[in-house]
Amino acid sequence: MSSTVRVIDVSKEYGRVKAVRETSFDLAKGELVALIGHNGAGKTTLMKLMLGLIRPTGGNIEVLGDNPAAGQFAGRRQLGYLPENVSFDTALTGRETQAFYARLKREPLASALKLLDAVGLGDASRRRVGTYSKGMRQRLGLAQALIGRPRVLLLDEPTTGLDPELRQTFYEVIQGLATEGTTVLLSSHALTELEERAGRVIIMNGGIKVADGSIERLRNIARLPTKIRLKIAGLSPGELPPWLPADAPCRRLNGHVVEIDAAPGRKIELLHSATASGTTVEDLDVIPPTLDELYAHFLRHAERTP
Amino acid sequence: MNALIIARKEIHQAIRNRWVLASTLLLAGLALSLTFLGSAPTGSVGVRALDVVIVSLSSLTIFLIPLIALLISHDAIVGDIERGTMLLLLSYPVARWQVLLGKFIGHLAVLAFATCLGYGIAAAALIATGSRIGSDSLAAFAAMIGSSVLLGAVFVAIGYLVSALVRDRGTAAGVCIGLWLLLVLIYDMALLGVLAVDQGRSISAAAVDAMLLLNPTDVYRLFNLTGFANVSSFAGMAGLAQSTALSAQALLIALVFWTLIPLGLATAAFSRREL
Repeated sequence: MSSTVRVIDVSKEYGRVKAVRETSFDLAKGELVALIGHNGAGKTTLMKLMLGLIRPTGGNIEVLGDNPAAGQFAGRRQLGYLPENVSFDTALTGRETQAFYARLKREPLASALKLLDAVGLGDASRRRVGTYSKGMRQRLGLAQALIGRPRVLLLDEPTTGLDPELRQTFYEVIQGLATEGTTVLLSSHALTELEERAGRVIIMNGGIKVADGSIERLRNIARLPTKIRLKIAGLSPGELPPWLPADAPCRRLNGHVVEIDAAPGRKIELLHSATASGTTVEDLDVIPPTLDELYAHFLRHAERTP
Repeated sequence: MNALIIARKEIHQAIRNRWVLASTLLLAGLALSLTFLGSAPTGSVGVRALDVVIVSLSSLTIFLIPLIALLISHDAIVGDIERGTMLLLLSYPVARWQVLLGKFIGHLAVLAFATCLGYGIAAAALIATGSRIGSDSLAAFAAMIGSSVLLGAVFVAIGYLVSALVRDRGTAAGVCIGLWLLLVLIYDMALLGVLAVDQGRSISAAAVDAMLLLNPTDVYRLFNLTGFANVSSFAGMAGLAQSTALSAQALLIALVFWTLIPLGLATAAFSRREL
């Protein structure tokens, strides 16, 4: 069995609030999974359930062979977690903090301390955490999550507060880990960042899983139109190219750019007509539905069918 | 092992935050002033200088050590949860009882260090100024230091129990101050009032013993002021020492139970807590 995390029919209620409702999914070895959904959708609750910080009202969870709800934690040596709004004891320095966490995982200090350089903490690691900015605390948070090459990484909003350069390095690091077999579950609001990176997307809404699959698969299910943008010479304002089928929705953007919504399956046909001889197309862009649009689609869909 | 890693970090933090320095200086300062100012009534030639110090110092300890212990311990759990550090710590391969035990060892080590050093300085100063001190006095003094640490352990454990049960730090602080007032001041006054009204008619000596055992500060007081004959004659508690059926060992065991029971309850409450 290559699943590292199994969530089976899990529900979690806080009094009358249902934070997670009968959700199931398996995460396999080497998967990079994006968990998306707006605030209160149940992302953080799911991660806390996987860590045994809270117990499910119903259903079962298995993480690296442990049942976290029963207080089993042997597998946590191979688990890294970065909470949303991570915080540390302010009196200790970055290095001391990292060393403390490495000891708890029985990992060699030298390699754990090297991670501080990898996340770009450098000299600041000798200063007290109390003096750190939000971005620096986030870097330290990443460094501790990566101790001991974890087999499962749970990252709750990992890139908030990171500058663009470090985001890049961060994604390189976790993609490297995923290639080596680490399961990475990542929750985020920054959907555009995840678009090219996540092999799989789980969309949560109101505690319910509303979509689960690779971006391609979600695009197929959603059947959202692909946008084709054409730059056409010699087109007067308001005029549309003559070869355009009447039933293809289109609009004029700035100047002489025309945007066509191509329904799935009609993309090639439209491209054929656009590039056929006699047209004055100078440039062409094909934009598949973005993760943002897919997300919005699935949320609308979920709200229509409660 | 995990508990020791956590204890080590707690000690490290306490040193950084100047908790160790502050509590040691406070205890040493008070012990020294009691040693030298407090010897005025017996005169400077008093041969029993250390015994007098034990009486005054243990009375002071009853107020101070519980206060310091509760200050350290009241936000050990709820504070870490509020600051968010507990969330990360519990994602590591540690059990919750190990977290609590580690904190307990760390906090108790800080308290023990401050007490031993602070009070030790007072005894050393007496010896250095040329007082003659008998070995029985020294033994009583050592017993006082040891039992003071044990009293600290009791209140650290009580602080954890409060910390594991309440929802926010402010409540924890409030409840701890209330408990301190109750156990250190109100309980004794109430007990005294009841005894004075009763005039020994219906309350037996055994009942008084039981009531004293129900308050850890009274157990401590009884242990130090009646446990050693040389001290009890100064403490004005010789009468009580004769009437009580509680031996020194029994009193020490009572203090150990007063530590273990709140600590066990705190562990149970913390283990069930969701965060």
